[in-house]
Amino acid sequence: MSATSPDKIVIPGKHSDWRRVLSPTGNTGDAIFRGLMFLVGLLMVSVVIAMVIALASDSMMSIRQFGFGFLKSRHWNPIKGEFGALPFIYGTIVSSLIALLISVPFSLGIAVFLVEQAPHYVARPIGFLVELLAAIPSVVYGVWGIFVLAPFLRVYIEPPIATVLGWLPLFQGTITGIGLLTGGIILAIMITPIISAVVRDVLAAVPGSQREAALALGATKWEMIRVVLVNGAPGIAGAVILGLGRALGETMAVTMVIGNRPEISLSLFAPSYTIASAIANEFTEATTDLYLSALVELGLILFLVTFVVNGIARVLVWNVTRKTGGVGRAA
Amino acid sequence: MSVWNRSLRIVTSLAVFVALLLSVACSPKGSGTNSGPIQLSGTGATFPNPLYQKWVSEYGKLHSNIKIDYQSQGSGAGIKQIKEQTVDFGASDAPMKDEDLKSAPGELLHIPTVLGAVVITYNLAAVTQQLQFSPEVIADIYLGKIKKWNDPKIAADNSGAKLPASDITVVHRSEGSGTSAVFTDYLSKISPEWKEKVGAGPSPSWPVGIGGKGNEGVTGQVKNTPNTIGYVELAYAVQNKLPVALVKNSSGSFVEPSIDSVTAAAAADAGNTPDDLRVSITNAPGANVYPISSYTYILIYKNQKDATKGKALVDFLWWGIHDGQSFAKPLLYATLPADIVKRAEAKLDSITAAGVKLH
Repeated sequence: MSATSPDKIVIPGKHSDWRRVLSPTGNTGDAIFRGLMFLVGLLMVSVVIAMVIALASDSMMSIRQFGFGFLKSRHWNPIKGEFGALPFIYGTIVSSLIALLISVPFSLGIAVFLVEQAPHYVARPIGFLVELLAAIPSVVYGVWGIFVLAPFLRVYIEPPIATVLGWLPLFQGTITGIGLLTGGIILAIMITPIISAVVRDVLAAVPGSQREAALALGATKWEMIRVVLVNGAPGIAGAVILGLGRALGETMAVTMVIGNRPEISLSLFAPSYTIASAIANEFTEATTDLYLSALVELGLILFLVTFVVNGIARVLVWNVTRKTGGVGRAA
Repeated sequence: MSVWNRSLRIVTSLAVFVALLLSVACSPKGSGTNSGPIQLSGTGATFPNPLYQKWVSEYGKLHSNIKIDYQSQGSGAGIKQIKEQTVDFGASDAPMKDEDLKSAPGELLHIPTVLGAVVITYNLAAVTQQLQFSPEVIADIYLGKIKKWNDPKIAADNSGAKLPASDITVVHRSEGSGTSAVFTDYLSKISPEWKEKVGAGPSPSWPVGIGGKGNEGVTGQVKNTPNTIGYVELAYAVQNKLPVALVKNSSGSFVEPSIDSVTAAAAADAGNTPDDLRVSITNAPGANVYPISSYTYILIYKNQKDATKGKALVDFLWWGIHDGQSFAKPLLYATLPADIVKRAEAKLDSITAAGVKLH
């Protein structure tokens, strides 16, 4: 024993060099992999930071010229050099909210049906078809919106709504089938596959023992599903955030049916405009520097709106998670 | 864990790393290599894009050593990029403004290539005859002052048409476009109120109406919504067989938009065309002139930096305003009148590189 001096003892994988620093086991492969993944992670963070810096610096001209007035002004007149973002912010948020209002109940229904009710041979094809909706390019949704959805809403849906609820300012004005409501409905269809797919996975992750326990206590199927939903609440909230993110940033489909009018009208039948559509529409012919700068500032605002909405949603999810300790995490 | 497994992992991670490096390294290389084919790049207006793509492919057949790349990113992008000198030529529907020309690093020439027109289309199921509009009526509809189809002002130009008592739904382009610029330029000329309240430009602040994205968006909304009125490019209206309105010109006659009535507008205004060829030919005089017409331009520096590329570009444009014109009609663009071709020739002749004429 004593014949062996300490420096001759070879511990497998013991290295005092960079491999040690990067990997606790000193394994070369692990070290390389870890370094690589760190770089990839860093790359994403730096892309986000670079984008914010680029947006901010390119919109400096507009920020200097209009200051906070940009956020409050309702006037958007490129010819006269007047730029205000409020109608775009309003259109973006309201169309996304309409989308959530319609989509969330549907998505929950689809997910509950697929996980709790449907037999396997039905659940698989339906689940597949719903996910297929997410793969359709948004411009296709837009064309479908113009040629099918908008005429359908104009003829069969909006007139009855106007007759019954026309006393509300929300449902007044000329019915053209093009407007905020149609934009919201298109968005709802587009985000439903995303929300329902995530919710389905969340519900499937709720342990079977929870269901068995509920049933053993004499719960009906409906009561059992409520237990499952409460357990999955944080995950469901995460799914809704994902859908909201998609709705806020959607461009092509919305611009084709929303009417593209930078005006704030209480009526959901009236044309409106979203930030993403405005940028896509006006960028090509933005000839003056101030105009271009105002459009970039719109991009910066969209970035911030998404950031704030996500932040609020995450705080909500975090609160719910602490209270229920349910499964599923915010995506 | 076997040595084999470990080395496999190392190889895999190295491969991933190399792939990442490659994706970073494969950024576009600088253009303008002296050896090999001559590369010309241009960007700008979407309206003449089908014609320019045709020109590029036809010219490529004749001159295999010249490769031309045209990207239709919009007139705004065309003006911006030629000013920044990131392209060899720009393209714009509307002529550049004085302040844009001043802030450019060199003298820019406007070479007209073809002409287009903006036509009024509508959706009225009960109306079988072709509608006719006076200029003031178009302006009042787009100002929101004429609200119903059976307004006496519309009826005055269309005796016998069964105009419904319904609201007019106005459709305009949602995105900035040369089509809107031409249309609003026309409205500004014929209506002082329009000029004061709205003005002319690619994306004006429309007093009324809903916005459709692109010619196809406007067409889609006009086709699918009863009682609408909209405006689209002539070529688009003809290809899609849209109902097209006659417009009263400055001589008082109602003219149907067509390739010939558009060329007539350019010919009628040729005498008034300024030296730099920057001109708006909306509301041109003449009995058979369609009044909502416009040139589209290619923008090129008078002093070319590279003699080889400059010569190739001038030769291409020379071909475009001569032989290239024969491709215009099948694609529903109006050809340049002879006077304007002569004056464009003089412009191309004046282009130099290091003081030497290129043509």
